Amino acid sequence: MSTTRRTFLGLGVTAAVAATLAACSSQQGGSASGSSGAITLWTHNGGNSEELAVVKNAVEAFNAANPDTPVEVKDFPQASYNDSIAAAAVAGDLPDILDLDGPIMPNWAYSGYLAPLQISSELEDSIIDSAKGYWNDTLYSVGPYDTSLCFLGRKSAFEAAGVPIPTIDQPWTREEFDDALAKLSELPDYDYAIDFSVADTAEWWPYAYAPMLQSFGGDLIDRETFETADGFLNGDAAVQWGEWFRSCFTKGYASETPATDGQDFLQGKVPLYYAGGWKVLQSQETFGEDEVLILPPVDFGQGARVGGGSWQWGVSATSSNPAAANAFIEFLMQDEYLVEYSNAIGNFPSVPSATPQTEYYKEGGALEPVYEIGTKYALLRPATPGYKVISSIFDKAARDIVSGADVKSTLDQAVKDIDADITSNNGYQAK
Amino acid sequence: MSTSTATTSSKRVGRSAALRKEARTAWLMSAPALLLLTLFLGIPIVLTFALSFTNARLISPNPPEFIGLSNFIRAFSSDPTFIRSLTNTAFFALIVVPCQSGLALALAILVNQKVKGVTAFRTMIFMPVVTSMVVVSILWSFFYEKDGLFNSILNTLTGGGWTAVAWLNNPGTAMPAIILLSIWQAVGLHMIIWLSGLQGIDPALYEAAALDGVNGWQRFRYVTWPGLHSTMVFILVTITIAALGLFVQVDVMTSGGPQDATSTLVYHAVRKGYREQDMGYGSAISLIFFVAVLVISLIQRRLTREGD
Repeated sequence: MSTTRRTFLGLGVTAAVAATLAACSSQQGGSASGSSGAITLWTHNGGNSEELAVVKNAVEAFNAANPDTPVEVKDFPQASYNDSIAAAAVAGDLPDILDLDGPIMPNWAYSGYLAPLQISSELEDSIIDSAKGYWNDTLYSVGPYDTSLCFLGRKSAFEAAGVPIPTIDQPWTREEFDDALAKLSELPDYDYAIDFSVADTAEWWPYAYAPMLQSFGGDLIDRETFETADGFLNGDAAVQWGEWFRSCFTKGYASETPATDGQDFLQGKVPLYYAGGWKVLQSQETFGEDEVLILPPVDFGQGARVGGGSWQWGVSATSSNPAAANAFIEFLMQDEYLVEYSNAIGNFPSVPSATPQTEYYKEGGALEPVYEIGTKYALLRPATPGYKVISSIFDKAARDIVSGADVKSTLDQAVKDIDADITSNNGYQAK
Repeated sequence: MSTSTATTSSKRVGRSAALRKEARTAWLMSAPALLLLTLFLGIPIVLTFALSFTNARLISPNPPEFIGLSNFIRAFSSDPTFIRSLTNTAFFALIVVPCQSGLALALAILVNQKVKGVTAFRTMIFMPVVTSMVVVSILWSFFYEKDGLFNSILNTLTGGGWTAVAWLNNPGTAMPAIILLSIWQAVGLHMIIWLSGLQGIDPALYEAAALDGVNGWQRFRYVTWPGLHSTMVFILVTITIAALGLFVQVDVMTSGGPQDATSTLVYHAVRKGYREQDMGYGSAISLIFFVAVLVISLIQRRLTREGD
């Protein structure tokens, strides 16, 4: 009896001590890099073995050449990656090198997580614009690849419906696109004309639909000052976009509840699919290379637009060895690894000299049109620390519009929310 | 005289020493729980209270500033989604609390019968409770699709006359859809609690009632129901608190849409405080939520006090 009680007490005390220790250890400051000179690298590729393999290859080669500053890789699942970074930053525990989704970069730079990159100017000049993260005229991140949005179409359906196929130089106009949707929706073999991918969540909505808004002449925010969304997200052009987008669903061209991950297109239920370049290969495997059309975005009046910016690499502000961290990023940005990246995941390299060596983007490669669309029409998401809030608010507003909310008042409220956030952050001025 | 005093005082000393020892043991035994409670409940509540009067950000180089009641004024005057979340939460609780507790009681009475195979029924009704709410929500969002299970069933029942509805994408049907799912998922748990209450009623009371020649309703009204009083209070309070905290289903199935039809207080607090990094405002919403739950629980306690 007394033994049991003592055991219990012992257990209790042990648990209490353990809890206290756990609470304390998370408060410890300092970078994770040890005294051995190793530099730490965090990546979001936890669930993506192909991409992670490329990173690990590069790390191995880098470590062989730089035994004094070996890189240690730690991979996270993408869903919890940003949270891990935020938690590590609060705890003062950031790695030396980290990857980040392009649009979040200004937020992290503003918050002091990131140090400006110090890579050679030749490398900086050679990288395409959509793979470089500038904020306040300072380079904070570079990406090994980018991708593009596009429409994927079934050639046979276009022929059956008598819809002319647009080219990258001559994208659809609004009238032509509406006409195409009307004709495709009449086809008896398909449920709807198009899958707009509205089942996708999180960053997809601003990434995919803000370019349409921009093509109408609106925008998420005033890109000159980054101080207000008034007149941009709720102006006439934006209202027209909202009404047009809503009409695609009320007219029965698109389903409000498509299956996730493009299954409606892959299973032949819709002949047109709004997606990213990452879906092309899978579609070509399903239907054959000749059957899948890779189509440019629609020009709604102010030029065709697609989103730009993908995952990029940056150096943390608390890195104990920024020189080595920058050296690694330069090392990773060699053509050799950019080609590996492209072949592994199907995105195009961010340095044009690597492009001809890739499997999919060399001349006549299966994904060549994706590259042309991306470089020709990409517009980066607004580079402001407030983007995370803008993204969340736009996501909600666009969803409400699709489900039938009044366009003007929805966008007015979105503008009010965005402006209130900018004001309460003193305009996100850099310190 | 003096001897007896000495004995009494030494006895008293002995007793109080024993008491002190017991008290010490009690504190020691509860220390781990108290520590964890402080760490994960006490400190966060105090922090929420403090943060809700500031403009603290999740990620920002600017230190939080004291802004008084601005967050609360903003919630009630310029945030229609907050007002909508408040009414949605109240509506959800108003429907779920009586329906779920009533249904659970009916089921408990059913499975309390002494018939064969009753354990199988109990297991079936209890099964959704042990399934993760995320899994349940994902499954049910398939059921609710335009060509999902529910539309198929209704289509079959009406002989093809049913027009398919995208249940979760329609502002009018999204919340009822979530209510149905929530009741289905949690009813088993409360059935088990009712059942334990039912089985705690003295069989002698039923025998006495039978001798008095009561009918079924009278037996329920004058024996079963009074015997279930404390169970009822417990169930009412737990269902209300769980209903007010509606979050997972909304997060997985609708993201608060369409048009705020399913946004709730907790969901709105998470969206503002975490996704939009506005910790101060998120804390203010949480504090409002906390106060609301507290007030409702107190009112319930008062209303359900043993009549005297």
